[in-house]
Amino acid sequence: MFAAFLQYLFSGLTSGAIYALAGLGFAIIYNSSHVINFAQGEFIMIGGMASATLVGSGVPMPLAIPLAMLISMAAGIALEKFAIEPARNSDVVTIIIITIGASIFMRGAAQLIWDKEFHSLPAFSGESPIAIFGATLMPQSLWVFGVSGVVIVALWWFFNRTMFGKAMLATSHNSLAARLVGIGVKRVLMASFALSALLGAVGGIVVTPITFTNYEAGIMLGLKGFSAAVLGGLGNGGGAIVGGLIVGIAEALASGYLSSAYKDAIAFVIILFVLFFMPNGLFGKRGTDRV
Amino acid sequence: MNIKTARTGGLALLAIIIAMAPIGFTNTYFYDVGVNAMFNAIVCVGLNLLIGYAGQISLGHAGFFALGAYGSAILTSTYGLPPLAAMLLSAAVVGLLAFVVGRPILKLKGHYLAMATLGIGIIINIVLKTESKITGGPDGMSLGNFSVLGFSIVGDRMWYWTAGVLLVLTVWLALNLIDSPVGRALRAVHGSEVGAEVVGVDTSSYKVLVFVVSAVFASIVGSLFAHKNGFITPDIAGFFHSVELVTMVVLGGMASTFGALIGAVILTLLPQVLAAVEQYEAMILGAIMMGTMIFMPKGLLPSIVASVKRLGGGR
Repeated sequence: MFAAFLQYLFSGLTSGAIYALAGLGFAIIYNSSHVINFAQGEFIMIGGMASATLVGSGVPMPLAIPLAMLISMAAGIALEKFAIEPARNSDVVTIIIITIGASIFMRGAAQLIWDKEFHSLPAFSGESPIAIFGATLMPQSLWVFGVSGVVIVALWWFFNRTMFGKAMLATSHNSLAARLVGIGVKRVLMASFALSALLGAVGGIVVTPITFTNYEAGIMLGLKGFSAAVLGGLGNGGGAIVGGLIVGIAEALASGYLSSAYKDAIAFVIILFVLFFMPNGLFGKRGTDRV
Repeated sequence: MNIKTARTGGLALLAIIIAMAPIGFTNTYFYDVGVNAMFNAIVCVGLNLLIGYAGQISLGHAGFFALGAYGSAILTSTYGLPPLAAMLLSAAVVGLLAFVVGRPILKLKGHYLAMATLGIGIIINIVLKTESKITGGPDGMSLGNFSVLGFSIVGDRMWYWTAGVLLVLTVWLALNLIDSPVGRALRAVHGSEVGAEVVGVDTSSYKVLVFVVSAVFASIVGSLFAHKNGFITPDIAGFFHSVELVTMVVLGGMASTFGALIGAVILTLLPQVLAAVEQYEAMILGAIMMGTMIFMPKGLLPSIVASVKRLGGGR
C-alpha cells in the first residue's frame, strides 16, 4: 500500500521536476517579454536529442552534454533574434502563432538533422535500483532531483545576487523604467531566451535516460510546462516550480490509482479546475485593467 | 463603396469563384481538396467571430469539431438516427457544452484563456482516444453517407456543391452578424472590455454567445466532414488541428471574414503543394507561419488591402 504510493510519488516527482524546469523556462521568457513561448518543449527535445545522438556517435558524455546545451541555447537565441524581436509589438495571438510556427519548424529540422527514431542516453551512474521502504528509486531519478535543485538554487542566486540577474528582474517589472536606468533591454530579452533554452536542455538531458526522446517529445512536455507555469501564476518562478511538482505528482497518482490512459488529461483537468476559481493561477497577482 | 454594396459584392464574387473553380478541376481529387478547403473556411469564418471580432483566443476548437464528428458517427452508426437529426443533436449538445464551459472560461484573459481552451481540446482528444467502447479508440470509427429525406450526398462532386452553398450561407450569416448590434458590441469588447461595460454592453454574455456560435459552426462542419470521409479518428481533436484552425484565421486576416476564408483555403492547399517536398514540409510550414506573422502581423488580406490603398494614393 505505502510502497505503491511511494513508487507513484517517486515517478511523479521525477516528471514534476522536468515540468518545473519547463515551467521556469516559460516564466523567465514571459517575465522579460510577456511572450508565451510555445517552442519551450522543443528546447527540451533538442537537449535530449542532441546529447543522445552525440553520445551515440561516440562523443564522450562530459563533452556531449555541454554541446547539447549550447545547441539548444543557440536555437533559443535564434528564435528571439529572428522571430520574436521583429514582432515585439504584435497581438498576443500573433506571437502565439509565431512561437507555434517556430516549434513546428524546429521539429521539422530535428527530424531532418536526426531522425524519427527514439533515442536514449546511458544512465549517468548505473541502473541498479535503490530500495526505499519497499519502493524502488532509479539512480537517474536522483540525478533529476539533484540537477533540478541545483538549477533552481543557481537561478535564485542569479536573479537575486548578480547585477545582470537583477537587471532582468527590473526589466520584468517595468521595461521602460529599466531602460531609463541604463539596462540594455534587448540584451535582457536575448538572455532570457538563452536561459530558458538552457533550462529546457538541462531537463531534456537528465530525463532522457529514463523516458527516451524523439523529435516529437517536446510537444507534451512543453504543454505540461505551460500548465505548470499557468497553475503557479504566469511569471511567478516559485509558482512554476510548485505547479510543475503538482502536475507531475497528480499525474503519477492518477495513472496509478485511476487510469493510466487519462494520465495526460490530469494536468489539464487540474488547470481548468484551478482557473475556474482562481483566474490568475495559484500564486498569480490579480491583474488590473487599464482603461 | 459603402458597406452594403461591398458585402453583396464580396458574396457574389465568392459564389462566382465557387461556381467557376470546377472548370479547372481535372479530376475528383480537386473536388476533394475543394471540399476540405470550404469546410475549413466555414469553421474559420465562425472562429474569426470569436478571435477576430471579440478578441478572444481559442486553442481548443478542434475539440468541438471532433465532438460534432463523433456525435454524428455514434448517433447514426450505433443508435441508427438519421444523419440530419444526428448532426443537429450533436450541434445542440456542443452548443450547450460551449455555453456551460464558456461562462467561467471566458472570464479568463489572454494566455490564461489560451491555456483553458487548449486544455478542453486536449481533454476531449484524450476521452475520444480512451473510451474505445463508444468511440473505437485510436482506431477510429466509420459511418455512412449523409442523407436528407432519402436524398443522399455521395461523391466529391456532390459534396463540393453542398459545401459551396453552405459556405456562401455561412459568410452571409457572418457578415450580417458583424454588421448587427451584436457585431458592434463584439468589436467594442475587443477594443476595450472595460470601456464596453461602461457604456452598458453585457460583455460576458456577448463573449459566451459568440463562443457558442463558433463552437456550433465547428460541430456542424465536423459532422459533415465525418460523413464525407466515412471514417474518423481522434486526431481530428488534436492540439494541432486547433492550432491549424487558429492559424488559418490569423494568417488570412483577423477581423476580416474574407480574410479568414482566404487563410483557410491557403492552409488547406499548402500541404498538398508541399507534399512534393515531404521532408521539408514541417520546416516550410513553420517558416511560412512565422514569416507571415512577422511581416504581415495583421494577416494577408488586410495587409494586401492596405498596400493597394497606399499605392492608389487613397490614404
